[in-house]
Amino acid sequence: MSRAFTPKIVTANALLEGDVVYLTDAGTWSRDHHDAELLIDDDTAALRLAAAECRIDEVVGVYLADAVSGASGPEPVHFREAFRAHGPSNYFHGKQVA
Amino acid sequence: MYRYDDFDAAFLARRNKQFRAQVERRIDGSLTEDEFKPLRLMNGLYLQLHAYMLRVAIPYGTLNSAQMRKLADVAETWDKGYGHFTTRQNIQFNWPKLRDVPDILDALAEVGLHAIQTSGNTIRNVTADHFAGAAADEIADPRPVAELLRQWSTDHPEFQFLPRKFKFAVTGSPVDRAVTKAHDIGIRMVRNDAGEPGFEVLAGGGLGRTPMIGKVLAAHLPPADLLPYVESILAVYNRLGRRDNKYKARIKITVHETGLEEFRALVDAEFPARRAAYDGSDQALLQRLEAAFAPPEFRSGSTDAYDAALSNPNFRAWSDTNLTPHRRDDHAIVSISLKAHGDTPGDASADQMRVMADLAERFGYDELRISHEQNVILPHVHRADLPELHAALRAAKLATANIGLISDIIACPGMDYCALATARSIPIAQEIATRFDELKIERDIGPLKIKISGCINACGHHHVGHIGILGLDRAGVENYQITLGGDGSEDAQLGDRTGPGFPAEEILPAIERIIDTYMTLRDDASETFLDAYRRLGLAPFKHALYETEKAHAA
Repeated sequence: MSRAFTPKIVTANALLEGDVVYLTDAGTWSRDHHDAELLIDDDTAALRLAAAECRIDEVVGVYLADAVSGASGPEPVHFREAFRAHGPSNYFHGKQVA
Repeated sequence: MYRYDDFDAAFLARRNKQFRAQVERRIDGSLTEDEFKPLRLMNGLYLQLHAYMLRVAIPYGTLNSAQMRKLADVAETWDKGYGHFTTRQNIQFNWPKLRDVPDILDALAEVGLHAIQTSGNTIRNVTADHFAGAAADEIADPRPVAELLRQWSTDHPEFQFLPRKFKFAVTGSPVDRAVTKAHDIGIRMVRNDAGEPGFEVLAGGGLGRTPMIGKVLAAHLPPADLLPYVESILAVYNRLGRRDNKYKARIKITVHETGLEEFRALVDAEFPARRAAYDGSDQALLQRLEAAFAPPEFRSGSTDAYDAALSNPNFRAWSDTNLTPHRRDDHAIVSISLKAHGDTPGDASADQMRVMADLAERFGYDELRISHEQNVILPHVHRADLPELHAALRAAKLATANIGLISDIIACPGMDYCALATARSIPIAQEIATRFDELKIERDIGPLKIKISGCINACGHHHVGHIGILGLDRAGVENYQITLGGDGSEDAQLGDRTGPGFPAEEILPAIERIIDTYMTLRDDASETFLDAYRRLGLAPFKHALYETEKAHAA
C-alpha cells in the first residue's frame, strides 16, 4: 500500500531574483507562503508540479513541499521550508523584512 | 605582488562576455535551466535557499587593497553590504540577482578577480598557507607553486569534466596551516636528508561523507616534476574515478578502492610520457612567478612603540592571540578576527573590507590574506605600527582578540543559506561564542578549535575540529552530532564521534560539559584541550555528555 498523501504546495525560486516563490490557485507566483495553493491529493499535486516545471522562463528548481492548513493560509511543515519562508536567522534579510 | 598580465585580462574579458550572452539567452528563454546550470556553475553562480549565490575565487587567499575594495563595492552595489569568507579562501555573496551577475563579473575583472572554477567537477581554487611568505617557520613561499597550479589547471581541456570536484592545497612550512592532508591533493615543500628541496605529494584526503586523511604518494618529488606528476594523478583519477555514484566519485575513494600501491604504480606508469611533454617552459614560468612573489622591501626601524604599547591590557591581549612571529623579528603577522562574539563567522561588511584595505595599504605593504579559518591576515606589519593598527581595527569592530580560542569558530553557511544543508550552523557558532565570552574563560581554556558543518559535506571541516559539530535533520528536527579530537594540522586526525546527537537547545550545554571536563582533568593550564583529549581518550567526555544528561533527566 502506498503511503497516505500529505498536503503539498508547489514552490520554486524566481529566475531573475532567486526569491522563494509559491504557486497560487490562480496559477501566479507569490512571495508569500500563505498565498500558496494547498494541494490535497496526489493527482492534482502531480499535475500542478508538471505544469509549473514547464514555466522555465519564470522559475528555477520547482518542487513539492509539505504544508498544512493554517489560519492565514498554508504553513510550512519542515524547518527547511520555514526558513525559506522567513529568511536567514543571522540577519534581518529576506522575506522577514517584508 | 604578482599581477595578472594582458593575456589573463583578455581571457577574463572573453569569459565574461561569453557568460553575459549565456545569461541573456537564459533570460530570453533560449536556454533551459538544465542547459544553463552547468554554465552558471562554471562561473561560480549557485542557486541557494533564498537567492543566487556568487562564489568568487581568491587564489591562495591573497588579495591586494584594490581587490579588497572591489569586493566591498560589489557587496554594496549588488548585494546586501557584506560578504562571507569561506573555508576555501573564497568569498561568497549571498544575494545577487541573475541579471546583475555579468556586471559583477566585469567589475571583479577590473582587479583580476573572477569566479572561474569555483564550482563544477573541475580543479577548484588552489588554497595555500595564509601566512605564506611571512611565517618564521617556512621553507619557502608556496604561492608561486600555487599560482603555477592555478595557471595550469584553469581551463585545462583534459580536466574540465572530472568525476567530481578536485581541491589542491599547498604549504611551504612543516607547520601545516593549509589542511593539506584533507585535500584531494596536498603539496608540502620539504627537504630531504641532503638538504635538497622537493615536494611531498599527498593524495586522497578529504572530509565530507567519507572522511579520509591523505596518503603520501611521493615522499620527495624533484621540483621540476611537479606538474607532470600531478597531471599523472589527475589522468589516472579521470580514468578510474567513479562516475556511476556521486558519493564514491572523489579521488579519496578511487585511491582507497584501488589501493595505494596500485594507484601509485598507475601514476608512475603514466608519468614518463607526461614528463617528456614538458620542455622546461613551466620551470621558466615558475622562476618568473618566484620573482613576482618576492617579499616586499621590508622597512626597518625601532620597535619601541610596540614594546611600550604592551602595557595597555587591551593591546596586550590582542597581541597575545592575534600576532604570529614573522620571518623578520621587527615585523609581525597580524590576524584580523572576523569572529566578533555573537556575529557570523567569516562575514565582513563593505565598510570593514574598506578599513582592512586601507590598513593593508598603510601598514601592510598592500597585502591581505584570507585564511581557511575565515579570518583576514595582514602578513607583514612592522611592529612599530601595531599600536596604531590596533586602534584603527578597534574602531571598525575588527580587533576581537580571540584567534585560536574557543570563539574563533569555523562555521559553514548552513541552512541559513545553503541549499544542501541539513541544519543551521551560524546560530550555533553565535551561541557558543557569546556564552564563553560572558563566562570570560576563553583565555583560561586556551587553544581550541571548534568547527561546525551544517551537513555531511563538511565545508565547516568538523571532522578536523578539536571539537567538531555536525548539524543533521533527525525526523524533521535539527540535531547536532559531536566529534572530539580532530586535528587539521601536520598531525592530522579525524575526530571521534561521541554518540547520539543533541537537539539545538542542548548543544551549548553539551559543549559546556565538554569544557568543564577538560578544565577539571587537564594536568595544568599548559596542557591544551587536544593534548588532554589524546591523553584521556573519549571516555570521560562521553560520561560528562551522556551520564550527566541522564542524571538531569532522572
